[in-house]
Amino acid sequence: MDSADFLAHRHGDDVAVAVRDISPGPVVVAYLDSDDRVTLTALEPIALGHKVAVRDLDSDFDVTEYGACIGRTYKPVRKGEAVHIHNLRSVRWPRSS
Amino acid sequence: MATKQLTGYRRPDGRVGVRNHVIIVPVDDLSNAAAEGVARLVPGTISLSHPYGRLQFGPDLELTFRTLIGTGANPNVAAAVVIGIEPRWTDRIADGIAEAGKPVARIAIEGRGDFRTIAEAARQAAMLLQDASECRREPIERSELILSIKCGESDTTSGLGSNPTVSQVVDRHVAAGGTVIFGETTEMTGGEHVILERCINETVRQKFQRAFDEYAELIASKDANLMGSQPTQGNIRGGLSTIEEKAMGNIAKTGSVPIVDVLDLAERPVRAGLNFMGTSSAAAETITLMAAAGAVVHLFTTGQGNIVGHPIEPVIKLTANPVTAREMSEHVDLDVSGLLRLEFGLTEAGDRLMAMTDRVVNGRLTAAEVVGHREFVLTRLYRSA
Repeated sequence: MDSADFLAHRHGDDVAVAVRDISPGPVVVAYLDSDDRVTLTALEPIALGHKVAVRDLDSDFDVTEYGACIGRTYKPVRKGEAVHIHNLRSVRWPRSS
Repeated sequence: MATKQLTGYRRPDGRVGVRNHVIIVPVDDLSNAAAEGVARLVPGTISLSHPYGRLQFGPDLELTFRTLIGTGANPNVAAAVVIGIEPRWTDRIADGIAEAGKPVARIAIEGRGDFRTIAEAARQAAMLLQDASECRREPIERSELILSIKCGESDTTSGLGSNPTVSQVVDRHVAAGGTVIFGETTEMTGGEHVILERCINETVRQKFQRAFDEYAELIASKDANLMGSQPTQGNIRGGLSTIEEKAMGNIAKTGSVPIVDVLDLAERPVRAGLNFMGTSSAAAETITLMAAAGAVVHLFTTGQGNIVGHPIEPVIKLTANPVTAREMSEHVDLDVSGLLRLEFGLTEAGDRLMAMTDRVVNGRLTAAEVVGHREFVLTRLYRSA
């Protein structure tokens, strides 16, 4: 299979993981549970291993990865922006990040 | 799957090891100097130095004893020399190891001093090492091997690549009748529902829930800020944002087989299949407990580059992070970063890890063994008296 810029674990996930250092611009997201691919525009540099939002996310939104909730946004996140501790916080251990 | 013959050392108690170590076991902190002195005089022996063993009491003391005895009894060990400051606890550890049927020498320092202790223990260690050198590898079955698994300094590449690769081996090893131990209680937080669903029956489910709840209560009772601890700074640098995300990545290495039992810390598994042990998530502590339970090969995934090893249980390290694979190659046994580039799939990655595991079983030294990582870290339950 051709390489992709981001990998998402499952359909329905809100985020995908950069498999190399990404510069702003058009990128390809591949899914690990199917052969589907989508394209979107990265709005900022995203380092290897860091996540991109694959859709617009409101603030206070429960974010899904691996088909499970991995935390809650505390700021709105636009599709193509990085998702990390600057806009996402643990629900279970709110004081951990 | 590779069909080549696996070999190992069958010990008097019937268990099978993949290494043939002679170890010097200090019962307590005071005995480290003598144990290390013996190991220096008799190259080829390994001292298991550690900072505890005095004035412990109750379950915490029992855990230290169980860990020291379990490590000595591990089938990767041919023989042991136990050195303690006083004879009673020295006997307790030595007798515990001797129950495995292997040769054990013992000596207490009080009334003798370090120099005479070292001289006498070194003579014993030398004889045990010579005798151990005549132990021979023989054909073994995969089902006789206990593997343990853990991840460390994880990042998102762990959940995407290296952990699902370990899952492949977990499923194949269990399908072959083997046993696997996993742990990392806190790093189930946010994914514990997945583990609960995989428990084989209600008894195991309740045991897991109890182990998980106890740990959650411990953390809550400290009312502590876990900022920078869980996830670690390395986790965060690698892109992991929350404990929930870390947990889902962690669980991605546990395969799809049922969880057949929940073990106490350092407790030997009695059921073949996937066993959970309620360990912390600290690498050296966890591997030490799993080795004490009898695990003979450890599969360790890393993202940002944890470099842990163990004195007697070989630790195979794999990473899917291409930067770690390139910049820290002396610590990496298997690079599966091709998974991220979609160069190969999980079945192929699983084949490669199975092949590497088989080679290590058959005697190939791991990166951690040749670099000299021998972390041996006791888990304390509470303060000494």
